[in-house]
Amino acid sequence: MSTSSSSSATRSLLDAEAIRQDFPFFETGIAYLDSANTAQRPRQVLEAMEGYFTRYNSNIHRAVYRTSMEATEHYDATRRKVRDFINAASVKEIVFTRNVTEAINLVAYSWGRQNVRAGDLIVLTIMEHHSNIVPWQILAQEKGARLAYVDIDDRGELRLDQFHELMQQAPRLVAFAQVSNTLGTITPYQELTAAAHAAGAVVLIDGAQGVQHVGMDVQEAGCDFYGFTGHKVLGPTGVGVLYGRRELLESMPPFLGGGDMIRAVFLDHTDYAGLPEKFEAGTPAIAEVIGLGAAIDYLREVGLDAIRTHERDLTEYTLEALGEVPGLRLFGPPASRRSGVVSFDVDGIHPHDLATILDRHDVCIRAGHNCAMPLMHRLDVAATARASFFLYNTREEIGRLVAGLHDAKRIFA
Amino acid sequence: MMAVDDQFYREYILDHYKNPRNFGRLPDADVTHEEYNPLCGDLVGMDFRLRDGTIEDVRFHGRGCAISQASASLMTERLKGMRLDEARRISRDDVLEELGIEISPARLKCALLSLKVLKVGAYGLAGEEDDEE
Repeated sequence: MSTSSSSSATRSLLDAEAIRQDFPFFETGIAYLDSANTAQRPRQVLEAMEGYFTRYNSNIHRAVYRTSMEATEHYDATRRKVRDFINAASVKEIVFTRNVTEAINLVAYSWGRQNVRAGDLIVLTIMEHHSNIVPWQILAQEKGARLAYVDIDDRGELRLDQFHELMQQAPRLVAFAQVSNTLGTITPYQELTAAAHAAGAVVLIDGAQGVQHVGMDVQEAGCDFYGFTGHKVLGPTGVGVLYGRRELLESMPPFLGGGDMIRAVFLDHTDYAGLPEKFEAGTPAIAEVIGLGAAIDYLREVGLDAIRTHERDLTEYTLEALGEVPGLRLFGPPASRRSGVVSFDVDGIHPHDLATILDRHDVCIRAGHNCAMPLMHRLDVAATARASFFLYNTREEIGRLVAGLHDAKRIFA
Repeated sequence: MMAVDDQFYREYILDHYKNPRNFGRLPDADVTHEEYNPLCGDLVGMDFRLRDGTIEDVRFHGRGCAISQASASLMTERLKGMRLDEARRISRDDVLEELGIEISPARLKCALLSLKVLKVGAYGLAGEEDDEE
């Protein structure tokens, strides 16, 4: 164990071994280093969902019997928890979606179709996940709008000079990740948002990799839209969140039509429900929303500061340990400016082969383009290997990663 | 240090990966085709020179994992001098059998990328052998 990079370890406020007791998955003995892909779920989340299924399973916002009201109460409670978690001004600004992908598509289809016109500029970054690229491409193609991508420097940080230059072209929309899913780069999202607003743009921040690691205060950040996903924040799959500034959400047409998003339906027209129901057509993922509420409770109880400190310690430790593996190349900025994500490749061994060998050591990492193909092209690689951390990870797991990498090198020697 | 069994990365797979056969381009190719593995961005391309219904020469290029590249290398060895109608009958089972290792579902696309290049490139049979998903 190194001592040179353990300064933050002494500040660690979190007992990962105790936390692991809450996660049944770790009984498998698997070293799980893929939380940027999807996180594990604590018992508390599973029990919250089971409680719904076994004690008050019923639809929300419809029936008058007590179990339905109980379901509605729990469902709405999560909305308040999300509001507090990201410090939104109102629950009306919190829309439940299927995931971040759907949240971004909602904005692209509803706000985008209403507001983006031919010749308008949409500014993205080269390190976006496909879900923050493809919806804008579809919109741009439909409207004849233009897309521009902010590049990164050699350390994997955004080229702010380029960003500010693009702002001079008065973009209609600026959309970027709070944290890069591949490089772990924490973007200066407040500075970017302020500059984009000064240029007259609407700002969407993709918080898929951010909210659970570095937190988010949407009022402080000042963004217009923000999205995150349940399954990356210890919650279940199938539920995500779109935050939208109230005036914007109110001005936007519905995304999907159907039940629950209406006030009254006539043969020739419909009066839509108010916020946030206007954007929640159909029976939602009730159990999943309730599970998300339990996940947020869990994260807040541990504390985001403690989580950030713990992950930073793991990241420093990993950067140092991997730096000593011959032929291994690290991508991304130093630990102080990145989240718990470490992408790398090893000379002569494809990431897929690394991941297969590590799998045989019971170590899970991601290998591939991480749904960020433009970034892969920018880095001039076909794929990367990626280890990512969360509150439950330990140095012991990283040791197993390093041992597996040495075994891969032996096999491919 | 713990070492896993090397069943998956048998010596000849690694040999084909590190010393690929028929690697490079054919300047006078009659057919050239490339396919990507959308999962990981792996690339396999093949150049074919055809004469009288026979694959007179074939070379492959690309980048990717040991499985995709060894599979392509093995494929070119098999194809050289083969009649086209014979090559047309190469099935995914043939390819997997030749690799001789247990391929997990996640790696199947890697193993079969070269077959896809052959099918789509040489015959335009897009989709026919690509239903493994």
